[in-house]
Amino acid sequence: MIRATGVTVDLGDKRVLDDVDLEVADGEWLSIVGPNGAGKTTLLRWLAGLAKGPGELHLDGRPVASLRRRERARLVALVPQSPVIPDGMSVADYVLLGRNPHIRALGVEGPRDLAAVHDALARLELVDMAQRVVSTLSGGERQRVLIARALAQGSPIVLLDEPTTALDVGHQQQVLELVDTLRHAHGLSVISTMHDLTLAGQYAERLILLDNGRVVVDGAADEVLTEDNLARYYGAKVRIIHDGGQPVILPFRERREVAET
Amino acid sequence: MAAVATVPEVRTARLRAPWLIAGVAALLAAAVAGLVVGPVAVAPTDVLGELAGLDAGLSTTQLNIVREIRLPRVVLGMLVGATLSVSGAGYQGVFRNPLADPYLLGAAAGAGLGVTMVIVQTAGNATTPVAAPVAAFVGALAAVALTYVLGAAGSGRTSTSSLILAGVAVASFLTALQTYVQQRNLDTVRLVYSWILGRMTTAGWHEVRLLLPYALVTFAVLLSQRRALDVLAVADDEATTLGLDARRSRLLVVAAASLGTAAAVSVSGLIAFVGIIVPHTVRLVAGSSHRVVLPLSMLFGGAFMVVADLLARTIAAPAEIPIGVVTAFFGAPFFVLVLRTSRRGMTT
Repeated sequence: MIRATGVTVDLGDKRVLDDVDLEVADGEWLSIVGPNGAGKTTLLRWLAGLAKGPGELHLDGRPVASLRRRERARLVALVPQSPVIPDGMSVADYVLLGRNPHIRALGVEGPRDLAAVHDALARLELVDMAQRVVSTLSGGERQRVLIARALAQGSPIVLLDEPTTALDVGHQQQVLELVDTLRHAHGLSVISTMHDLTLAGQYAERLILLDNGRVVVDGAADEVLTEDNLARYYGAKVRIIHDGGQPVILPFRERREVAET
Repeated sequence: MAAVATVPEVRTARLRAPWLIAGVAALLAAAVAGLVVGPVAVAPTDVLGELAGLDAGLSTTQLNIVREIRLPRVVLGMLVGATLSVSGAGYQGVFRNPLADPYLLGAAAGAGLGVTMVIVQTAGNATTPVAAPVAAFVGALAAVALTYVLGAAGSGRTSTSSLILAGVAVASFLTALQTYVQQRNLDTVRLVYSWILGRMTTAGWHEVRLLLPYALVTFAVLLSQRRALDVLAVADDEATTLGLDARRSRLLVVAAASLGTAAAVSVSGLIAFVGIIVPHTVRLVAGSSHRVVLPLSMLFGGAFMVVADLLARTIAAPAEIPIGVVTAFFGAPFFVLVLRTSRRGMTT
């Protein structure tokens, strides 16, 4: 159970998050949506301990402020939107980085760490690619490697920052299916920021809509993704089609009259 | 697939026996060559026997030459080469910049200014050999400290790019000062230059004792951070979410590398290029993990420096060429060769 209260972050003199409260149950997938600049990524970074600002975070009732960096990393893993890929690092070594919070500061990886790495590689069908250099992989493969690193980290809470950016529609679905499968298999809680509202509604169990650093709507996909909400907060002209109970967002354009001579 | 009886082994980057053996062998071979070659002929087998503690039948003169002249010089070469190489590898890792070298943060310029001022003041009299290393050490450390303070002042916290920019500014400023002092005292310009180009001519056990404690601290701290440096390779934010104290690791590495560099510079002068070519060559042939690069840079850096010193004192014998000239003259083409061959190998 994750509970954040009163999250407030200022960047420069701009208030990016304003008194945000958040609760995520164990094993739940929560997606943070909202227009550009609403504070989605900042909220995720705050949860990961990277953005500083007042507010309290409790994981399973324990205040995170009392945790050491390594303990916190064993509870929360982040899959960043634009990761830094080191030159020449193999997939196996990259996934091994996820074991850092489990390895003593001056120690080296043990059999348990190698087993965790192997598990993660096998889960994401990367065993045959283990010796490939990460920087030579395609976008979809790279995203799987990133998720493997988070899985090897063994944290029950996984934060995904725009996990489908730069992927084509087929790979977007594959990656999200994979996350969902892992979530069920390992009982992970997932918090993601999502640009694509239809996908957000299809995979997340609950959505929160941020606007100007505040939570304006919180609920299931069909409560959050309404024509009214999207017009009001995104300034978007959309129609919502319900496909088997799932909202599908369809942008439309009003036809202009073509002037006839 | 994972349920197959034999679980495939996960192969992670670590220093493997063949490379470790190769590094030690290179260091030993260089050491033997350094002890054997010189104006007075000594048979390699006799030197090896003598080192092994056997009475190999060397004459007293030969023994003195090997023990008091060649051996300290070889040991000093190993220490200087290992320190500069491993420090270079550390800086390159911490700054994620392949061109970072031990002199990046102004260490060289600071040492240069310190030594120039001592040489100008003492004009090469008996106090120079004592005061110059101290001045180099103090100058190098002061310059790095200045860079760190300026880099932190710029952005409120020390980011990589603000630190590098501060290093460039500090180096330019101190080099300008050094040039000014040097031009005002043209009578000592030769002495200053011979120090700046690096030298091992005065090497004795005294210099070894001077450098050894700092070199050992540098080796210990940098090797302890070898895995942390691999984590740091994904940049500070990600490293933090992986549970690493990125700032502490960076500070440790920078401090240890700067201390080692300052100590090496104070006994051997400015020997360019070693801190860049040795770690890069290791990276190209043995892999880019710091768990491989740091220890191998120490071993091959030590060997490289001993060989460079050997060339410096034999090519134009009885005169000596500055060792910095040798490292650059042979190092640059060698590095290009390694770069070309490994590129070809990597594209397949």
